[in-house]
Amino acid sequence: MPSSPRIVITGMGWITPLGHDLKSVWGRLMRSESGMAPIDRFDARTFPTTFAAQVRNFNVAEYVRDAAVHATAGLNTCFALGAARQAWEQAGLSGFAGLNRRRAGIYLGAGEGVLDTEHYVAANIAGWDEAAQRIDGQRWAAAALREMTAMREIEQEPNMPVSHLAREFGLRGPAYNCLTACAASTQAIGEACTILRRGDTDLMMAGGTHTMIHMLGVTGFNRLTALSTSKGDPTKASRPFDRDRDGFVMGEGSGMVILETLDHALARGAKPVAEVLGYGSSADAFRITDIQPEGRGAAAAMSMALRQAGIDPAGRRGDGRAPIDYISAHGTGTKENDSIETLAVKRVFGSLAKDIPMSSVKSMMGHLIAAAGAVELITCVLAIESGMLPPTINYNTPDPALDLDYVPNVARKAKVDVCLSNSFGFGGQNDTLIVSRWNG
Amino acid sequence: MSRPERRRVVITGLGPVSAFGVGMAPLWQALVEGRSALRPIERWDATGLPTSAAAEIPADLFDVKSYVPKSYRKATKVMARDIELAVGAAHEAVRDAGLVTKSHEGTPEGGTPTLPPDRVGCHIGAGLIAADIDELTSALFTARDGAGQFSFGLWGEQGMNNLTPLWLLKYLPNMLACHVTIIHDCQGPSNTITCAETSAALSIGESMRVIERGDADACLSGGAEARLHPMGVLRQIFAKRLAPTPAGSNAAAIVRPFDAAATGGLLGEGGGILVLEALDSATKRGAKPIAEIAGYAAAQCFCPDTVGAIVNETGEEIASAITNAIEQAGLTPDEIDAIVPFGSGIASLDASEAAAIRSAFGARATAIPFVQVMPFVGNCGAGCGALSVAIAAQCLRTQTLPARINTTGSPFDANAAPSRAASLRHILVMTTSLGGQTAAIVLRATN
Repeated sequence: MPSSPRIVITGMGWITPLGHDLKSVWGRLMRSESGMAPIDRFDARTFPTTFAAQVRNFNVAEYVRDAAVHATAGLNTCFALGAARQAWEQAGLSGFAGLNRRRAGIYLGAGEGVLDTEHYVAANIAGWDEAAQRIDGQRWAAAALREMTAMREIEQEPNMPVSHLAREFGLRGPAYNCLTACAASTQAIGEACTILRRGDTDLMMAGGTHTMIHMLGVTGFNRLTALSTSKGDPTKASRPFDRDRDGFVMGEGSGMVILETLDHALARGAKPVAEVLGYGSSADAFRITDIQPEGRGAAAAMSMALRQAGIDPAGRRGDGRAPIDYISAHGTGTKENDSIETLAVKRVFGSLAKDIPMSSVKSMMGHLIAAAGAVELITCVLAIESGMLPPTINYNTPDPALDLDYVPNVARKAKVDVCLSNSFGFGGQNDTLIVSRWNG
Repeated sequence: MSRPERRRVVITGLGPVSAFGVGMAPLWQALVEGRSALRPIERWDATGLPTSAAAEIPADLFDVKSYVPKSYRKATKVMARDIELAVGAAHEAVRDAGLVTKSHEGTPEGGTPTLPPDRVGCHIGAGLIAADIDELTSALFTARDGAGQFSFGLWGEQGMNNLTPLWLLKYLPNMLACHVTIIHDCQGPSNTITCAETSAALSIGESMRVIERGDADACLSGGAEARLHPMGVLRQIFAKRLAPTPAGSNAAAIVRPFDAAATGGLLGEGGGILVLEALDSATKRGAKPIAEIAGYAAAQCFCPDTVGAIVNETGEEIASAITNAIEQAGLTPDEIDAIVPFGSGIASLDASEAAAIRSAFGARATAIPFVQVMPFVGNCGAGCGALSVAIAAQCLRTQTLPARINTTGSPFDANAAPSRAASLRHILVMTTSLGGQTAAIVLRATN
């Protein structure tokens, strides 16, 4: 579509296990620091996995106009409010009175809120009829109405972060939440771009937020054997692309960006920080538990994004560089993901793949699940701004089948103009974004 | 913004799932006869809760195994009820559209798929899927300490091992689309929108845009939710959205949209999947369009209570979605022949919707025929919009308005009335969620 408007990012923000602002988190990524530590939010000492990357010392009241309005918000919503406030400020929107709020929308890839574990478990146990092996409806209802709290239940709905952001920032345009597992916030940002491109809005707040660091979240991933169960130092547990990788480490947090049509950004005097060149989305349509072994779906998403960006994956640029300067990998640290992602990148870029550095910040801040994609897109923009690539830490023993440049262990100086960010969800949802330096 | 040369998108298959069963035929018959499916819940003893009536799908009307290929039957073990409903709905939509997909492999209908798999997308709205309470609690019960209290230590040591390894995968919202894309081999753009009751309408709208811009030729699109379990009902009671159902009350008469004295809504389980297809694709394969998706728009309501249990009483954002959808269809409000409102029977939400309809349609508002959904099949959560769009398409195809019940007290189209023939060219479908997301879709007759 030649007349399609260009889309730029004008603001970014995040709340992560490594900190709560762009600069300090980026500094820690550059220093190869890890956010992993023993879980202290609940007693996980006997769980197969006892550690995670938790957000610490975070107080949502610092980020909202009136904390009372968000008093019942779940932790996922609080993270989103913190990240969104930073993006809003960077975009210069707090002092901008001319925003047409009906043409300003929201697209999040937010995860569900946290279960009220203590009261939920208590009500269920009180209602259990051991002889019949089922809940006794009368006893359960009495216990549930006594134990549980209305707002803690309502705030678990996955659209609640959207509703809180709409209220906080006064946005009235189209509003969405998608929950495509670990691909959700990459998808949300991509979908927000399509809404801007077709002219339905001028500005979109987009990103993701999630925490699954709670009893049933860890239980679920432990039962799937997707988490690292490493017994040593937690900071060494997340080992994407390493031969001895044994699963991902859970993180939590939020990443948020402000997207605008270029015309809208320039007209209000905003300074673009990057341009979104392409978005691709596909489904593996293979199995619920396994990734398509040839990387068909992942390759389709990358190819679609490259096509939209007008980038030929097989051609070097005029100065001899590969067509992409950096890939922010999905790179979870599971055996299957890292080998199939490597395969898919080679399938798309052919012989040029080995010239494209590809790292996983999940080695340092863990897997933010639905929020991972947004946070990783922001790292791409910061790589462009700083001319530095974040490393994959804990890369000690190369896997013979994994032969790309994973930026092992230390950050690297590089010329970075165009980056690609991958996110792949359980169940075969694949999403890719491409961002470039803004040369306005 | 008008889109003068956009690719036209039509509906070629309807796959509603409701308390009347799978498919349009049983649902339509009930709507025409004015027969509600709302009655006391039978699946478990819900009488300890203030609301204990809903629209359940009777067990003999739905068996997920009959909607999946033999080779996929094992996977039904990891399907929550919501997933089962989506899988059944997709099967019906594909059948109704006359498509051959991977699901037909090894059957007499099998052969080359009608459409290339990478040109078929999938957008299925989903809700917050609750864990099966009996399955989970039987495991939790094993982790009690000597005092009978739940112990995290015992849970981590051995209690959690009583859950099947794939337990989490039953409850991820994207598993509705995931199973459907696997069964029918849809490799194109796929999404899972989770905006409570507006999920399906937003999914249908986005599928339309995906086809319009050429990223797919067809999409399986809609939504499904099954809140008919203890936690699902409790959460809606907590959100003050359900009517009390004291002993002896008549559940079929409780949901009274736009009646200022309405006492609340009731839940249903269901939703639907539609086959959306580019008109050029449908024409090429000789499929007869059921209706055209002519316009779509969405907005976010201001919510004074933040979480959106109450939406802006002026209804201005709902009105703006209506107006934008009508404008995108290239129409004026006068050309809308009928409305399928959300019409939940939740008095404050109905009041916001009523204000929006008055603002968009002016003096004509009270004269436009309404098509009701919730008094018949309850509030099906993330499936709502799909049921409404399917019913609207059926109205256009048959040039018939279904019967209306429980209308006393409504200022709109207020008389209870039997089904009747009507000249219908355009129908507006509206949805607003708990959370304040709102969407409007305009359908156009194609016959």
